Amino acid sequence: MDVIGQGVKEGILLILSLDPELIQVTLLSLQVSLSALLVSGLLGIPAGTFLALKDFAGRKLILNIIYTLMGLPPVLAGLIVFLVLSNRGPLGEWQLLFTPSAMVIAQVLLGFPLVAGLSARAVMSQRQEAYDTAVMLGATRTIAILSIIREARMGIIAALTTALGRLIAEVGAVMMVGGNIQGKTRVLTTSIVLETRMGHDSRALGIGIILLILAFIIMLLILKLEKRSFKDDSTIQII
Amino acid sequence: MQKFRNHKLLSFLLIMAMLLSVFAIAGCQQQEEPAPQQQAGDKAPTPEDPQLTLATTTSTQDSGLLDVILPDFEAKTGYQVEVIAVGSGAAMSMGESGDADVLLVHSRAAEDEFIAAGHGVDRHDVMYNDFLIIGPAADPAGIKGGNDAVAAITQISESEAIFLSRGDESGTHKKELSIWRAAGIEPSGDWYNSVGKGMGDTYRMADEMQGYTLIDRATYLANKGNYSLEPMVEGDELLFNPYGVIAVSPEKYPNINYEGATAFIQWIISDETQALIAEFGKDQYGQSLFIPDAK
Repeated sequence: MDVIGQGVKEGILLILSLDPELIQVTLLSLQVSLSALLVSGLLGIPAGTFLALKDFAGRKLILNIIYTLMGLPPVLAGLIVFLVLSNRGPLGEWQLLFTPSAMVIAQVLLGFPLVAGLSARAVMSQRQEAYDTAVMLGATRTIAILSIIREARMGIIAALTTALGRLIAEVGAVMMVGGNIQGKTRVLTTSIVLETRMGHDSRALGIGIILLILAFIIMLLILKLEKRSFKDDSTIQII
Repeated sequence: MQKFRNHKLLSFLLIMAMLLSVFAIAGCQQQEEPAPQQQAGDKAPTPEDPQLTLATTTSTQDSGLLDVILPDFEAKTGYQVEVIAVGSGAAMSMGESGDADVLLVHSRAAEDEFIAAGHGVDRHDVMYNDFLIIGPAADPAGIKGGNDAVAAITQISESEAIFLSRGDESGTHKKELSIWRAAGIEPSGDWYNSVGKGMGDTYRMADEMQGYTLIDRATYLANKGNYSLEPMVEGDELLFNPYGVIAVSPEKYPNINYEGATAFIQWIISDETQALIAEFGKDQYGQSLFIPDAK
């Protein structure tokens, strides 16, 4: 109890202290996870939509693989990227290991299946109805597809928030490929691991609180975005 | 229909993969089990509280020492040892909060403080090993072959060659800081990488980055086959690394398994165990990884 109370206190003090090292760590956390989310979204939403709408041989298998990879353990993703980027690995000469870029790559490996899989689900649940309606209203195929995606946006936004939650809280992959180097690749989650390892439990809790606040703010922003996209419907009250 | 069968096949393969990994893990555990003891005649006694938590440094775990000697303790006394391998700093803070029963650590100054503050009792010397500075064969700082740690790190910092620091307040990290202090250098800059990791991970990173690092001999010898870094500086008295065993204070934490901690201490400083420690590593590396020195 004592430690927890102390941790909350220390967390607030940490935020107020505006410790430059901590600010740098926080910014790097944001930079890595938001970049990974952006790439995951740019690749995952089209991929998910395509898989939901286009029927082709092997589609079910690809979907199943993506669903399985949604549960990919972060350390495993980290290990794979580590081995590929290692000096002994196939892409060793790129010299990316222990850089923020390597961390983004590993996180995309975690984020992409989540965004693709959940987007596919969301689009699939909308496709028939939305397509029928659109066609009935005289839409072309392209317009119809766009309207399906529009109808599925709730699910797609949910996919993005889920992915962001996974990425910003993830420690296994960024620890392995980033290396937790102070001032270069140390992020909030690896800081928590390190502080705990050093026995600084309350400082670890304090950094945890910063992480939670950050996640909260980002979620608020995304929800705001979601609300805005439903502005037209805000007058409709079903219940 | 074809698709349906594909599904079945996929699920079947997945289940098989899971089963196989379970068997593989079970197999490993069986291998680690101690060979049946010849003296099992009197049968191990069953202690009242057989759970004993040992907080120790990563080096005793990463080198494989504990895997070799702990089965002997468990067979002789009937205790089950839960090993928590962390840096010496974290191990001692676990002792301070009563989360461990007995500590096996190497950070002499901090150990004395720990005892003085009343967190622990019954400290004994157990063994020592030494540190060495390792680095890439190219040796950009030009320190290879020396035996003066202070001169070596001075050259590393002057040539701004990549150096990796444990950076986790472990015994090794504190040793490294004491060498920097002795050299009168405050290490900082792009070349100085504080990685906040255990010894095994730091070794791996140093190898990837082709940098210098300070490493304990046990971890170095146990892993050197995997990596390309070479010994640069060794044999300096400053690189000496004594391990101590400490029981967590039973007065501070009456719930602690003090009986078990005492049994562990008596066992680890006994002549037989000391001989086991001296033997460890000889068959594999041709030299002892730890030199016993309990009195």
